[in-house]
Amino acid sequence: MAGNEDVVAAIAGIEPGGALAGIVAGRADIMALTQKTHDGALTPDNPGGLSDAERAALAWRVAKINDHKGFEDHFEAMLEKAGAPEQAARLADIWFNGGSDARARAIIRHVDLVAHSPKDATRHDIELLQEAGLADADIVRLAELVAFVSYQIRVAAGLQLMQRFA
Amino acid sequence: MSRTVHDFTTDIPVWKPYVTPLDLAEASTEQLEALKVTPSNNKVSDYVLVLAHDVETLKHRTPLFNAVMYNRDGLSRAEREIGAVGASIVNRCIYCAAVHASRYNQLTKDEDVIAAIFANGVDAQIGPRLKAILTFAVKLSKCPSEANADDMAALVEVGLGKDEILDLILSVSLFGWANRLMHTLGEPVSA
Repeated sequence: MAGNEDVVAAIAGIEPGGALAGIVAGRADIMALTQKTHDGALTPDNPGGLSDAERAALAWRVAKINDHKGFEDHFEAMLEKAGAPEQAARLADIWFNGGSDARARAIIRHVDLVAHSPKDATRHDIELLQEAGLADADIVRLAELVAFVSYQIRVAAGLQLMQRFA
Repeated sequence: MSRTVHDFTTDIPVWKPYVTPLDLAEASTEQLEALKVTPSNNKVSDYVLVLAHDVETLKHRTPLFNAVMYNRDGLSRAEREIGAVGASIVNRCIYCAAVHASRYNQLTKDEDVIAAIFANGVDAQIGPRLKAILTFAVKLSKCPSEANADDMAALVEVGLGKDEILDLILSVSLFGWANRLMHTLGEPVSA
């Protein structure tokens, strides 16, 4: 991934030299850290029990749940880049619930819950992941992925609303 | 016997994780670096030790969090806290709401605003500027976001500058992230 890429700026349509670019430049440190976290969540050096393809597919799923087309396209492209293996790619299918694959079923259930209605999450939801064989470290990785993408989508959505006033 | 806290409060609870926090004795160099563990600073919260399982996001998340909430200029610190509280109400993160509501009260020496928000949510009877901020925070925190051009226009109307609006977007979004960790990976129990 190119070091100077800024996914939020690209998706929110922030043009160099534009009015919004000037505002965002005042928080350049935050935008740079956002991009670094994106890379750490989607393409980490040590992926643990969640492959890059699975991460891209699940992030695409979160973008669909948030109804954000720009991020849907972005994560779909990342999934393609990761080779889009069938086992991982199907995690992005909003009509797929994991079928007979207990691990996929538990992951999909949890991603949908945390993305859409985190207020309803309980201890039991973590126990279901543990029963499906996920290590605690991978449960944290999964939570960070969904939580971070939820953040990034909101930053872009807010900036897109600002565009009309810039 | 401590018990789980289910109602919004400004009494900061204790956070109990559902997963096992990182054992510092088994931490990698990268994890220790992200945790800023030194012989003189070896007290790390369970929350941060849980997040240390994913050090590649934690190492950026900590400075990002501090920049969003405490950077100079732009939106006042107290109003950033209202952004955090708005998100935490939507996501029912009792712990985050308690920490940031009490910080708002400390910064402003005023407990009425938070009391009104805890009692009535977006219908709270608060001043127009805070009302516009709270409404935007709550709507951006929904999934999908429900914030629209009218909500943005309302922020401009009550006098927020563009730099302040950006800071509000960032603090609300940041708590969309924080709530999804704090409220799903553990629970608040009475101190």
